[in-house]
Amino acid sequence: MILARVLGNVVATQKNSRYANARIMLVQPINPDGTARGASILALDSVDAGEDDIVIVVQEGWSASTASTGEPGAAIDSAIVGVVDFIEEDVS
Amino acid sequence: MQLARVIGNVVSTVKNNALLGRKLLLIQVLDHELAASGKPLVAIDSVGAGTGDLVFWCRGKEASFPFEGSEVPTDCTIVGIVDSESHVKFAARGKKL
Repeated sequence: MILARVLGNVVATQKNSRYANARIMLVQPINPDGTARGASILALDSVDAGEDDIVIVVQEGWSASTASTGEPGAAIDSAIVGVVDFIEEDVS
Repeated sequence: MQLARVIGNVVSTVKNNALLGRKLLLIQVLDHELAASGKPLVAIDSVGAGTGDLVFWCRGKEASFPFEGSEVPTDCTIVGIVDSESHVKFAARGKKL
């Protein structure tokens, strides 16, 4: 899984049927210190994440599909599976 | 999934049988500001997208799932058309991250 910050969401009427009722979130992968890392991606929400939340994103098809739609086998490659409260980094 | 703009059609006559009848499109991957990011890709369409459309696409093995029943060899499939540019919503729009 990766850490990401929720930037916002995307609205699409015409989409794969398995995306029905899903929230398509725009997220920016981040480093543990909060700085952006790499390109922004879209992930389906499974935990009611909101804008500016730090979240955990799974980037594996079976898990992403099952977490966000309840069934495997959908064309979904990323899903938000958790909202981070805080991160304790061991700096020693 | 990532945002992309459809920038062209790809025509191929000799191809894998499972690709017969599939629409191949050239897409440019975009970032959240809708600026080009990374390289153009060849994608298979599953939602009726066309040149100029703002779309999102799925990568990897999951990309073949919209065509369940036929083993379509693809790692990049368009799975949705964004309603308009203003339907990419975020508070920080315009601000650099």
